[in-house]
Amino acid sequence: MKRLRWDAILGLLGVLLLLVGSYIGLFLAPPDRHMGEVQRLMYVHVPTAWISMLVLTAAFVFAIASIWTGKPKWDAAMTGATEVGVVFGALLTAQGMIWAKPTWGVWWDWDVRLTTTLIMVVLYAGILVLRSFVDDPERRATWSAVAVIVGYVDVPLVYFCVRWWRSLHQIQSSPETVASSMVVPLRINSFAILFIAIWCIAQRARLEMARRRGESVALPPKRAPRTAEIPGTPQGVDNV
Amino acid sequence: MRTVGQIVALVRKDLLLEWRGRTRGLSVVLFGVVTLLLFSFAVGPDTAALQTGAAGFLVLALLLSSTLALSESFRLEHENHALEGLLLAPVEPVALYYGKALSNTLFLLLLAPILTPVAVVLYAVEISLLDLAEVIGLWGLAAAGLSAPGTLFAAMTSRLRSQDVLLPLLLFPLVVPVMLGSVKAIDLVLTGDPMQQLGSWTMLLAGFDVIYWSLCGVLFTYVVEEGV
Repeated sequence: MKRLRWDAILGLLGVLLLLVGSYIGLFLAPPDRHMGEVQRLMYVHVPTAWISMLVLTAAFVFAIASIWTGKPKWDAAMTGATEVGVVFGALLTAQGMIWAKPTWGVWWDWDVRLTTTLIMVVLYAGILVLRSFVDDPERRATWSAVAVIVGYVDVPLVYFCVRWWRSLHQIQSSPETVASSMVVPLRINSFAILFIAIWCIAQRARLEMARRRGESVALPPKRAPRTAEIPGTPQGVDNV
Repeated sequence: MRTVGQIVALVRKDLLLEWRGRTRGLSVVLFGVVTLLLFSFAVGPDTAALQTGAAGFLVLALLLSSTLALSESFRLEHENHALEGLLLAPVEPVALYYGKALSNTLFLLLLAPILTPVAVVLYAVEISLLDLAEVIGLWGLAAAGLSAPGTLFAAMTSRLRSQDVLLPLLLFPLVVPVMLGSVKAIDLVLTGDPMQQLGSWTMLLAGFDVIYWSLCGVLFTYVVEEGV
């Protein structure tokens, strides 16, 4: 029987925790006094926001390690983290829009938090496009690491913008300002999404390493097609 | 001091090439003017709407023109392996970056005295000479903000297929703070600043410039080492 890898076990644990956390959030935790049932989106929206920023921070660290050491494993980890960051960022934006419609009355508002998040997603998606255009693996690793480092300036901006500028989006809450019955599913889902993110990054990094090994292996030379021998025809003489 | 000398020599070389050729300059200026014209066609003959959007149209014209100017700046260096020649001279990669970024900034800055009067005429904006000087100053900060990451990305994408798509794709999302800051600041100059907000938007532009001029200068060395 095939043994499960550590990251797959972590991923499965993440899925299990997400089910438990979402059940508590949807059925056991009380609804918000002002927003009512819609507020239950918080149990996936807030963990997705935390983990997407954490994952992009990891991509930034991997990018520095990739430039510093030149080792392909850091480039693979950076690719995984960037891709997961883009997917989580897109999910975050979609969840935010679903929450915005019933509470703010619009799907989208050019609020500073929403705008910086959208920029973050588009920026990192652009880096993934850049990767697909560069054929040389070393050059691809360096250039995408440089782009990830340059783009990372936006990530702290996404987190702190609600404190620095007037925003429609609320500022960060703390366990002191949130009821404990709400904190429990929030924490469970945060760990769940973190584990799923680590699983996805590890899977993607492994795939990237395999792809890179494939690129370094030269393709075998094409064999000349065999000519069919016609019975009775002498070898080397054209059958005119 | 050697690095500074190299930067000055590179800026001089780029400006001299520009002066002798003039094709890039002329095409970028014309492109900027056409963009300003297109905005006025898109909005229609509504003077009030044109006046309200004037700052935004000006900055968008700069942004769109900048991609043309930035991508062209490295195309020249690939002809006859000029870039390899520069690096073998030897010019330090840091000097090469700051030389290129500075000449790109100066080039984009030169668009301001041409495009601003065109916008004043087309959008019926009233502007004094002092305001014009302020707009050119803000335009300079915006041009520096575009040139810092733009030069780095132009170096990376200059030899790739689909460079015309990749450069704006990487640059535009990154320079949104420059766009927001310059649009708001120029708008305050053109329409008045009763709440004294101009300083904070100028600080945002200056902060962006400081961060990216330092960061991209360091990172350019790694980009060049992999062969631009």
